[in-house]
Amino acid sequence: MGRERMFNAAMVLALVLVPLWAWMTAEPFIITLATKVAILALAGVGLNIALGLGGLISLGHAAFFGIGGYAMGILASHAQTATPLMEWPFLIEGTNQMPVIWLVAVVASALAALIIGALSLRTSGVYFIMITLAFGQMLFYFAISWSAYGGEDGLSIWVRNEFPGVNTLDPIQFLAICYVILGAVLVFAARLARSPFGLALSAARQTSERVETVGLTPFRLRLTAFVISGAITGLAGALFADLNRFISPTMLSWHTSGEIMVFVILGGVGRLYGPVVGAALYILLEHLLGGVSDYWQVFLGVLLLLIVLFARGGLIGAITGREVAHD
Amino acid sequence: MSLILIIEQILNGLQFGVMLFLMAAGLTLVFGVMGLINLAHGSLYMVGAFAAAAVAGATGSFVLALIASLAAAAAAGAIVELVVIRRLYARDHLDQVLATFALILIFSEGTRWLFGSFPLFLEVPRYLSGPVTLPGGIQYPLYRLAMIVIGLLIAAGLFWLIARTRIGIQIRAGECDREMIAALGVDISKLYTLVFALGAALAGLAGALVGAIQSVQVGMGEPVLILAFVVIVIGGIGSIKGALVGALLVGLTDTLGGVFLPRFFELFLAPASATSVGASLASMLIYILMAAVLLVRPLGLYGGRT
Repeated sequence: MGRERMFNAAMVLALVLVPLWAWMTAEPFIITLATKVAILALAGVGLNIALGLGGLISLGHAAFFGIGGYAMGILASHAQTATPLMEWPFLIEGTNQMPVIWLVAVVASALAALIIGALSLRTSGVYFIMITLAFGQMLFYFAISWSAYGGEDGLSIWVRNEFPGVNTLDPIQFLAICYVILGAVLVFAARLARSPFGLALSAARQTSERVETVGLTPFRLRLTAFVISGAITGLAGALFADLNRFISPTMLSWHTSGEIMVFVILGGVGRLYGPVVGAALYILLEHLLGGVSDYWQVFLGVLLLLIVLFARGGLIGAITGREVAHD
Repeated sequence: MSLILIIEQILNGLQFGVMLFLMAAGLTLVFGVMGLINLAHGSLYMVGAFAAAAVAGATGSFVLALIASLAAAAAAGAIVELVVIRRLYARDHLDQVLATFALILIFSEGTRWLFGSFPLFLEVPRYLSGPVTLPGGIQYPLYRLAMIVIGLLIAAGLFWLIARTRIGIQIRAGECDREMIAALGVDISKLYTLVFALGAALAGLAGALVGAIQSVQVGMGEPVLILAFVVIVIGGIGSIKGALVGALLVGLTDTLGGVFLPRFFELFLAPASATSVGASLASMLIYILMAAVLLVRPLGLYGGRT
């Protein structure tokens, strides 16, 4: 068993033990932190499909995170005021049922990813980075000027949405929901990476021309990866909104895009558990350094800089001692 | 809708565009010559504005404040290039994005540490405040007119520098083939530091000039940075001419769209919804412009490389 396999096994164990520990301590604060880690890790797993597998450096994933969040906010706010979302051409009511909200969040963010991806993937390299960033920013400004749903101030939801058979108001039960989703998506991501599609996508990242010569279309592979990636990040956005019972344009800001990318990098690009380790490390740092100084992001910045300059495989790379190529 | 209003808004758009050009020029030069994507360019804009506000507060001189903004941003740029950026030239874009994102965190929180969270104020000097009457009887703020003039002068100077001077030849040669000009005996790393500091100085000056009509605060550079990205994507990355054309296009589109779109929707919508629809659409207009340009020319108007 290689070191990375061992590490992954340890991660699975940790993923099981942390909620158990949180449940034993029954400390709501720790449970909330663990929930936050799970949700942000989910967003990172989404980005990692585009970034690690597809080599697509998207600096606009906050768009999908935010669309997921706004899907929850819009549906739930209409449910809580009992006003229909729209009456024409057909009646759409709000809802406070999580499964419905998730479905809407996934579909909406996948659609947005399809449009943004179809436009952005016409370019590559540094153009792609800047264009995804610009589209993300476009939605950010749109949300700010969209006064029907709080505009710049955002929107509060009074009660957490419901899931059949689960008391979502109990922190540990909401954590369980987020964990099950994260686990399912991790399994999906692992299978995706080993599927013919995942292999073709990886190949397109490494040598696009060869993939073309065997009769595959890199553009289509990349667009599919981008849509899947956006949909997962959108789902994470819906959960994040439910965790805070609050949405605001901040979810769409490019700092959020940068942070999601930081989770992936802190852990290690292109590694299955990279985003999980990265998100856990980030939240831990925020918690520990934030207690020392209000300006903890200076330390985060220095740490990130050192990792980029000297430890390119991220934390997992430093532990397992092998670098996964990214290009 | 009067002609005066239209001319006034065109001038506002021009002023915005010219300031965007100062930002975009540095970004596009750094990308063209070194192949580096620099997210921290907005931080250099902020450094310029804070330096100007601090010097103006201490001495009361606006000219000294502008000089300080140039000097501080150039110095910050040179230091950052020497310590961090030069390790990134050979790296892929992902590493560049992350490292410069880290620099933003350090610059922003560091500035908050030094100056506190409250915005600083930089006042327009008395000799540049007040309106001026343009031909045709249009009243326009003198300071904004001065910004347009300064920006255009700098643009002209930059074109002269690139096209006519020895440094400019070296910069253009560096864009084409860095090994060759290194082999010809040009100290390429010194040239890189110089280009980076030059771009930083332009961003810092823009920060100081804009800082006098807006507030000087942490994070002020980031919205401008992203607009500058839109500008160079439209113009074509690496092209100074593209940056100028793109900056003016974006400046005019954003300003005119913000003023005239709500009025346009008033023609067939109720005033309240016209204002909100118009404002939402206006805020997205430049991104729609960018998407449209990319559909026709994926490498931008004057771009030739990725």
